[in-house]
Amino acid sequence: MEIAFRLNGETVALHDVAPTVTLLDWLRDARGLTGTKEGCNEGDCGACTVMVTDDDGAKALNACILFLPQLNGKAVRTVEGIAAPDGTLHPVQQAMIDHHGSQCGFCTPGFIVSMATAHLNGATDHDTQLAGNLCRCTGYAPIIRAAEAAAEQPVPDHLQETLFLLAKNIPGGDAAGGGGGQPPLWVQPETIAELAKWYAANPQGTLIAGATDVGLWVTKAFRDLGPVAFLNQCADLKGISKTDEGWRIGAMTTLTELEESMAPHHPSFAALMRRYGSVQVRNAATIGGNIANGSPIGDGSPALIALGARLHLRRGDARREMALEDFFLGYGKQDRAPGEFVEAITVPDQPDRLRCYKLSKRFDQDISAVCGCLTITVEAGQVTRARLAYGGMAGTPKRAGHAEAALVGQPWDEETVRSAMAALGEDFAPLSDMRASAAYRMETARNMLLRYWYADQGEAVDALEIAP
Amino acid sequence: MSVAKPLPHDAAALHVTGAARYVDDIPLPKGALHLAFGLSEVASGVLTHMDLDAVRSAPGVQAVLTAEDLPFDNDVSPSIHDEPLLATGTVHYVGQPLFVVAATSHLAARRAARLGRIEIAETAPILTIEDALAQNSRFEDGPRVYGRGDVEASIAGAPHQISGQLHVGGQEHFYLEGQAALALPQEGGDMVVMSSTQHPTEIQHKVAEALGVPMHSVRVETRRMGGGFGGKESQGNALAVACAVVARATGRPCRMRYDRDDDMVITGKRHDFRIDYTVGFDDDGAVLGIDFTHYARCGWAQDLSLPVADRAMLHADNAYFLPAVRITSHRLKTNTQSATAFRGFGGPQGMLGVERVMDHIAQHLRCDPLAVRRRNFYASGGDISGQKKRNVTPYGQEVEDFILPEMVDALTVSSGYEARRRAVADWNAQNEVLKRGIALTPVKFGISFTLTHLNQAGALVHVYQDGSIHLNHGGTEMGQGLFQKVAQVAADRFGVDLAQVKITATDTGKVPNTSATAASSGSDLNGMAVKVACDTIRDRMADLLAERCQCTAAQVVFREGQVQAGGASYGFAEVAQMAYQARVSLSSTGFYKTPKVKWDRIKGEGRPFFYFAYGAAVTEVVVDTLTGENRILRADILHDVGASLNPSLDIGQIEGGYVQGAGWLTTEELVWDDKGRLRTHAPSTYKIPACSDRPDVFNVALWDGENREETIYRSKAVGEPPLMLGISAYSALCDAVQACGPVYADLQTPATAEAVLAAIGRARG
Repeated sequence: MEIAFRLNGETVALHDVAPTVTLLDWLRDARGLTGTKEGCNEGDCGACTVMVTDDDGAKALNACILFLPQLNGKAVRTVEGIAAPDGTLHPVQQAMIDHHGSQCGFCTPGFIVSMATAHLNGATDHDTQLAGNLCRCTGYAPIIRAAEAAAEQPVPDHLQETLFLLAKNIPGGDAAGGGGGQPPLWVQPETIAELAKWYAANPQGTLIAGATDVGLWVTKAFRDLGPVAFLNQCADLKGISKTDEGWRIGAMTTLTELEESMAPHHPSFAALMRRYGSVQVRNAATIGGNIANGSPIGDGSPALIALGARLHLRRGDARREMALEDFFLGYGKQDRAPGEFVEAITVPDQPDRLRCYKLSKRFDQDISAVCGCLTITVEAGQVTRARLAYGGMAGTPKRAGHAEAALVGQPWDEETVRSAMAALGEDFAPLSDMRASAAYRMETARNMLLRYWYADQGEAVDALEIAP
Repeated sequence: MSVAKPLPHDAAALHVTGAARYVDDIPLPKGALHLAFGLSEVASGVLTHMDLDAVRSAPGVQAVLTAEDLPFDNDVSPSIHDEPLLATGTVHYVGQPLFVVAATSHLAARRAARLGRIEIAETAPILTIEDALAQNSRFEDGPRVYGRGDVEASIAGAPHQISGQLHVGGQEHFYLEGQAALALPQEGGDMVVMSSTQHPTEIQHKVAEALGVPMHSVRVETRRMGGGFGGKESQGNALAVACAVVARATGRPCRMRYDRDDDMVITGKRHDFRIDYTVGFDDDGAVLGIDFTHYARCGWAQDLSLPVADRAMLHADNAYFLPAVRITSHRLKTNTQSATAFRGFGGPQGMLGVERVMDHIAQHLRCDPLAVRRRNFYASGGDISGQKKRNVTPYGQEVEDFILPEMVDALTVSSGYEARRRAVADWNAQNEVLKRGIALTPVKFGISFTLTHLNQAGALVHVYQDGSIHLNHGGTEMGQGLFQKVAQVAADRFGVDLAQVKITATDTGKVPNTSATAASSGSDLNGMAVKVACDTIRDRMADLLAERCQCTAAQVVFREGQVQAGGASYGFAEVAQMAYQARVSLSSTGFYKTPKVKWDRIKGEGRPFFYFAYGAAVTEVVVDTLTGENRILRADILHDVGASLNPSLDIGQIEGGYVQGAGWLTTEELVWDDKGRLRTHAPSTYKIPACSDRPDVFNVALWDGENREETIYRSKAVGEPPLMLGISAYSALCDAVQACGPVYADLQTPATAEAVLAAIGRARG
């Protein structure tokens, strides 16, 4: 299989690319570009951050869980390509020197690429932009000072040039054919129809959207993926559209796109997405992948269930749909037939009563111990509708039916809230693990209802809003 | 003058361009092999059979070695030869290396290492402190006990008594660069090893033992580490030895780096402790008698546990005079990773114990914990004849320059402590869900290796005939900026621009018999050794010029690139050329040993430390009482580095140390299951602070003063002490939690959201 992409301004064409070679390994082993570092090999530390530019713009991504075929037709910039070709340092590089932003230096290339990408995009929410880059030496303060100092400086020409040249000069490799009568090791369908056909014929295969989860199957678990379809060229699987009832969200919509689109309608959902992984992860991860993998601790599903989302599945030409919560049958078990895939999610338009509460050991870039997403509609002092969805409380993302029943039809007051809190014990029997104990999960899941109540009464309940 | 300037890290420009080279970045010679260990999945048992056929036949595999294939010493211990590189008979922990695979790629080696079929007759593992106590599983014959006075009587006779128990969590180093080594076989059986290590001499020593050759046949080089924090003091031995042994066996270069999960599962971490205490005190909170018992969970091998546990005892007083005191220390042996050095080296655990006591006393007396802390401070400087007794540590060392009262006064003013404490109280009276807390905690940290003979260092300096200078010393660069600080010293001694000085990789062939770069001693020891070497060469140059210029050597001045003698002025390069022509040696070693230190670790008496470094921090937090989630709002730090060699690098150590210390006590939770498996073995589950976890407002200032001892330019060590400033975050959380109710909240560490919520529940009663 052939692919082509630009690397630090030069076109690279590759033949016989295996589907599971990571960009990180290729850069370091095949190209000798050792500036990009391996810190964790699972997308959690950001030492391997690279800048990838496509039609949607420049994004920071983790090279350790990025497979070469995902780069087909794109432009990649590593830390070696951030300074100008004449060696002039990028403003973020100079600022990092001036503000003492590096100590051991191992995380620094990843920071530089994240900072340069944010700089290019004009993003100045530095804590968010750098949440996916871990530093163990500096305590981050000098890095933030450097980011602030560089924000004033113009974007160097050579980085803008990348985007300008992109559309015209990068030939996409021939990603379709196997040639020579051999079945292709991997495919890169360009339409849903093409994908549906391939998957129906290869139901044992693996679909790779953003690879933020599948990447770990390869780097950590050494799983054999079988035939692989990369979905990144599948244009009609992407994007969010407004419908009469609400929104239709294509399965390949990244969490970055979802966050942006939800912000005006359900700011709490957007705030939750802001804490999903990191910038690097959200730029790659897709909502379809998040749902299809069925993790009991994925944050997308509880919020979507609370909003009453419906899931649209497709197998060959056959389509069906269901309430999202019905998709999750049990731990690691989804209502998905072999060869069937998530095509889209639809979310009904509604007044915003959604509040999402994510609880994790660390605020940023951590997997939820509990994620409670609550929609409680009140009319004339009475609860008329309640959709309470929790992650981390069971083997699947799950609605709290007993607690919902304790709310609906009751007056919206603290007594009702407390009865719903009690009823939550009927809904869940959570487990203890390294993230939290069962008792803590239950107590905090209950307290999320109380938080919803307090917030509705105008009490200060958000530690983030407290100024020093 | 290059000293005292806020110059950037020497490799900053290389860091930001990705050009700085770490061990895994070194281009490999042809035919190089990559190694991976096959690991035990069982915590305790007897190895009955290893079927490695599938490993040997896996793609790319070139060699597989077990303990039986090791020709000489099978040991990577830094202390008592109790740590086989590859298991022999008995298995001691989940993650213990059983065999080593050499393959044509890192990935091939990792894949193959999973294919071993291992049979182990399992025995019941000893996992916890309580397990170890029940079975008397320990290092040393019994507990060490330091102290003075009649502790029981002093406690019993005090107006108040309280007791408590604190679990002090361990900590994963999480250096961003994992452990790595590269062995390059040389002619005649010699070996060159590139290692990411804080202790090249130890690597040399262990490799020589494993190869059955004298130390002169092994040369170890370390240019830089991607972070160390103590985790590369002894934990790199296994990789270097494995690479050397396989390189010898195959004749091919060998490189090994741990995948992150392997790194976290195999290597040791900070010791977790249980600290039990009983304290008697008066109505003002003055401690009259105190009894600490430390239980240190050391893991399966001794490693550095004894000096770590010793240092915990030596910091059980922190900044406080304890008139009658007993510290009992149990060093417990468990079937877990062998706990090892970690920034602070036991000091943080010991210090946390007494800081916890201060907060507990204050809660009991319903007063400001800061008042209790001040009440118990060691006597300050000046005329202390009347209070001589209040100036002596439990181990008999006098605290000669106790500057914390002045520092704390200054910090309370600069941080607005008093007004903010009132504001916190007002907020807490008005808010149900969110509670705030504030605390000031001090640090007094002893500087010197407690193993006295380690307090030595060497340097090698060459001046070339063009006036450029080649600098080498025994210290290693792990990000702390040591190389730059020492280069500043060298440039200053010769009065030249820093660009004249070439910093070179640590190399056992240049400076022998070095101590680990540890105990915060790097710039103290190596700075002095380099100064000696430079001054030797400089004196030779001065002698030459004095003779030619009709002046005394003392009148020759090296400044701003010029050498002035008897009215004449020469460029430094010119003088170097003159010296060369006159057949004057322009190369010198330098050597330094710390004066005044003398210590008996068995009796617990003497002067283990040359001096103390001080600091204090005020932290304010907000706690969410519905979940225990919390956030550091602001931190104000005043820290003593003496006369700073480089204020920017020092502030970097302080900021980074504080955040690392706060992480240790909050989000960084290590969880083992009941089979002894570490469940938090990757950044997905083990949470070091991220960017947004740093304090929103973060003020760091250096105390204006110089070291009263004759250290390098009167500076003080800075590596470890700031970590313990993070204790103020824990103490502030205690304060916030205590605002929820009248009962002592007994907040345990790490103070995760879950631990905080549990403490809130206790406070409410």
